[in-house]
Amino acid sequence: MPIYLDNAATTKPCAEAVEAAVEAMTANYGNPSSLHKAGLEAQLAVDKARKIIASSVGADSSCIYFTSGATESNNLALRGIAGAYGKRRKKIVISAVEHASIDETASALENMGYEIVRISPREDGRLYAADFVNACDDNTCLISMMLVNNETGYILPVKETFTAVKRRYPDIVTHCDCVQGYMKLPIKVNQMCADMISLSAHKIHGVKGVGVIYIKKGVRVVPVVTGGKQEKGIRSGTESVPLIAAFGAAAEKLFPTIGERYERTGALKAYLLDRLSGMEGVAVNSPEDGSPYVVNISAEGRRSEIMLHFLESKEIYVSSGSACSKGQQSGVLGQFGIRDKRADSAIRISMTAETTEEELDRFAEALREGFEKVRG
Amino acid sequence: MTGSQKPSEKDLKRYEDDFLTIKHRRMIMKEIVLVKYGEMALKGLNKKTFEDMLTKNIKRRIKPLGHFVCTSAQSTLYIDPQDDDIDLSEVVERVGKIFGIAALCRACVCEKDFEDICEKSYEYLEDILGCAKTFKVNAKRSDKAFPMKSPEICMEMGGKLLDRFPHLSVDVKNPEITVTVEIRDTNAYVHAENIKGAGGLPVGSSGKAMLLLSGGIDSPVAGWMMAKRGVHIAAIHYVSPPYTSERAQLKVEQLCEKLTDWCGGIAFYCVPFTELQEAIKDHCPEEFFTIIMRRLMMEIAQRIAAKDNCLALITGESVGQVASQTMAAIACTDAVCRIPVFRPCIGMDKTEIIEISRKIDTFDISTLPYEDCCTVFTPRHPKVRPRLEDIEKAQNSFDFEPLIQKAVENTEMKTFDIAK
Repeated sequence: MPIYLDNAATTKPCAEAVEAAVEAMTANYGNPSSLHKAGLEAQLAVDKARKIIASSVGADSSCIYFTSGATESNNLALRGIAGAYGKRRKKIVISAVEHASIDETASALENMGYEIVRISPREDGRLYAADFVNACDDNTCLISMMLVNNETGYILPVKETFTAVKRRYPDIVTHCDCVQGYMKLPIKVNQMCADMISLSAHKIHGVKGVGVIYIKKGVRVVPVVTGGKQEKGIRSGTESVPLIAAFGAAAEKLFPTIGERYERTGALKAYLLDRLSGMEGVAVNSPEDGSPYVVNISAEGRRSEIMLHFLESKEIYVSSGSACSKGQQSGVLGQFGIRDKRADSAIRISMTAETTEEELDRFAEALREGFEKVRG
Repeated sequence: MTGSQKPSEKDLKRYEDDFLTIKHRRMIMKEIVLVKYGEMALKGLNKKTFEDMLTKNIKRRIKPLGHFVCTSAQSTLYIDPQDDDIDLSEVVERVGKIFGIAALCRACVCEKDFEDICEKSYEYLEDILGCAKTFKVNAKRSDKAFPMKSPEICMEMGGKLLDRFPHLSVDVKNPEITVTVEIRDTNAYVHAENIKGAGGLPVGSSGKAMLLLSGGIDSPVAGWMMAKRGVHIAAIHYVSPPYTSERAQLKVEQLCEKLTDWCGGIAFYCVPFTELQEAIKDHCPEEFFTIIMRRLMMEIAQRIAAKDNCLALITGESVGQVASQTMAAIACTDAVCRIPVFRPCIGMDKTEIIEISRKIDTFDISTLPYEDCCTVFTPRHPKVRPRLEDIEKAQNSFDFEPLIQKAVENTEMKTFDIAK
C-alpha cells in the first residue's frame, strides 16, 4: 500500500462525495437551468450543496457561488474587484506568501496598471496586521491574504488584519484564500471580517474541478466568465452538478469533525516531529504553531526532487514545495527566511486525520535511509 | 532539527485564540448582551405579558447557539452566555432581528468598584478606542448607593481613559465613540457600541394573522411590517400547475424561510388553485378575471384563517400600483371579507417597499423570474374602476362554492421553523 502524504496537493475523494457525483451523473443528470422537473431536481442538488457549504462558513447561501476551482475563485476575487472598484482605486495589498493563483493574477493586474503591494513576513517569519494596515490607503480597493500557507502551514493573522483594516478603511474589500484552512480550522466569514473567501473541493475529499467563492452581499464583482448568467451572472457556464454535489457531500461529512480532526492531526504532527527530532541534518521549516496538517522539513544537502523520487521508490508520496508550481523553486519559503540550500531541500508532508503513526514511522525510516543513500 | 516541537496543545490554543477570540477574552472578563426594551417598556399592568413573550422569543432564537441565562430587570434583558465558545456576534445578529427591542449592546461585566471598572475597560475597549480619535463617557447610575455620582464617574473615567490612550481627545457634542458605564443593582457594565434593535412589539403579543404570500416583492414586506407590530404570521399561497411551476412554489417557501428570521415559525398553506382559475376563465368576463380571482383567494384565505385562529388577513397591496389595487377594486375585493384585512404597504411607493425588502433580504428571492398565480390569465384590459354589482353578477353566473370547498380541503400545510 502506497503511503500518501501529499494531502495539501489533493485528497482522496470520500465515498460520500463519489456517491453524490455518481448519483448526479447517472440519475440526476438534468441541466439546472432547464425549466422541467429534471432541471429542477438538478438545481435542488446544487442548492443543497450550496446550503451545506454556506452554513459551514457561517454565510447565507445566496452569497455562495460555484466556480471551477479555487484558482478561478482567486482570479475572480482579484480581477472582479479590480474591475468593479479599480477605476478610481488602483491599489491592491496582498501578502508575499500567497499561492500562485493570487500572486500571478496580481502580477497580471500590475501589468495593467494596478499598484500591487506585497507584504512580507518580518524577521521572525511572521506577518503582522499593522504592516498590512499601514500599506492600505484610500486608493486601495482590495486586500487579499491566505488563511493557511500551503507550503509551511503557517496560519496568517487574517482576522486581526481584516478587522483592523475594516475599522480604518471600511470600503476596502477583504478577500481570504481559505483553501488550506477550510474544514481544518473553523471559518466564519463574519468573524473573520472577510468580504470574499475562496474554497476548493478537492482539498477536502471532494472532486477536482470545483470551487467556491463567497461574496458578501453588497460587494460588486465584475464577472470574469460571461455567458448564460448562471450563478446570478457571477460565473456563467452550466453548473457541474456532479462535482458540486460531491463538494456538498464532502463538506457535510467533514464539518462536524473539525475539532476532532485538528486534535488528531496535532498529535500526528507531534509524533512525526518526535520521530524526526533525533535525525541529524533534518530541519523543520514549519512554524511551531502552524496548521498541523502540513509539516515542511529540509534534509540538509539533499535536493528535494531527488529525495522525493527516492521516497517515491518506497511508495511514499510527499511534495517538494507546492505541487502547483511543478517542481519550480519556491519563492514563498524564501519569504519565511528559508533560503538557498535549505530551501532546495524542502519537503512537504501533508496529512489527514486518517494518516496513521505506522505510516509516519515508515516515512521517517525511508527518510533516514534516503539521507544516507542520496547524494547531492 | 531545530528544537523539538509539541504542537498539539499549543496549536489548539492558538487556533482558539485566532478563531474564537471571544472565548479567549471571556476567560479574562465576562461579556454579556444587554437588550433594551422598545415601546413595550411603556406598557402598564400587562407589561409582564409582553416581557415574557419577548424573553421566550429571544430564548428560542439563541438556543441553538449554546447555553444562556436570561434575566430581566429595569426594562433591560441580560443575556448571559454560560458556555465558553459562544459567538456573541452571532447572538447580537440574531437578537437584532427580534421585534420588541429598541437597542442592544455587548457589554463587559465589572464589579461595582471604580478601579475594577477602569481596569476592565482598558482592555475591553482597547480595540475600539485604539482606532478612534474622539470619545466621551456617559454614565448611568441606577444604583444610587454607588459612592460616585454620574458626572463624577464621567469625569474620572474620561481622565483615566485619556491617560491610557493619549491619542484620544474628548468631544462631548459629537464623539466618535461613546463609552457608557452603567451602575446597576448587581454589577456595573461598560459598553461602547449601541446597536439599534428591530423595534416594534414582540411577535405573538398581538395575535395571529394570515398573510397572502404571492412571491412578489410586496407581500413579504407586508408580513414583516405586521410581525413588527407583534403579529404572529401564517402564510397562504396559491398554486396553479401547470400554469405555475414548482419553482414558483419553492421560491415562496424560500421567502417563508427568510421571514422566519424576523417572524419566528411560520405555518405555510399551499392552496391548489388551478380549477378555480380555469372556472373563472370559462365563466366570467375577461376584464373581471383578476378581481374575481382575488375575491376567491380572500374567501379561501379567511376559511383557512378561521381554522388556524387567525384574526385577520394581510396583503401587500398598495393603492394604485396595478389595476386590481385601485380603491374601487380593493372595495370589491373587501366586500367578501368577514375579518379585517391589513394592508401595511397601502400608502407606500414601490421604491420604499423595495428598500425594506432589501433590508430584510427578500428582494433577491422575490425577483426570481417565475410566474405566479396572480399573473396567470391576466386580462389585457382589466377594469380599473369596477362596480361591485357588476362583479357580483359576473361571479354569480357560476357556482364556485364546490370548487372553493375542494381547494380548502386539498390545501397542504408545511411549517417553517426558525433557523438552527
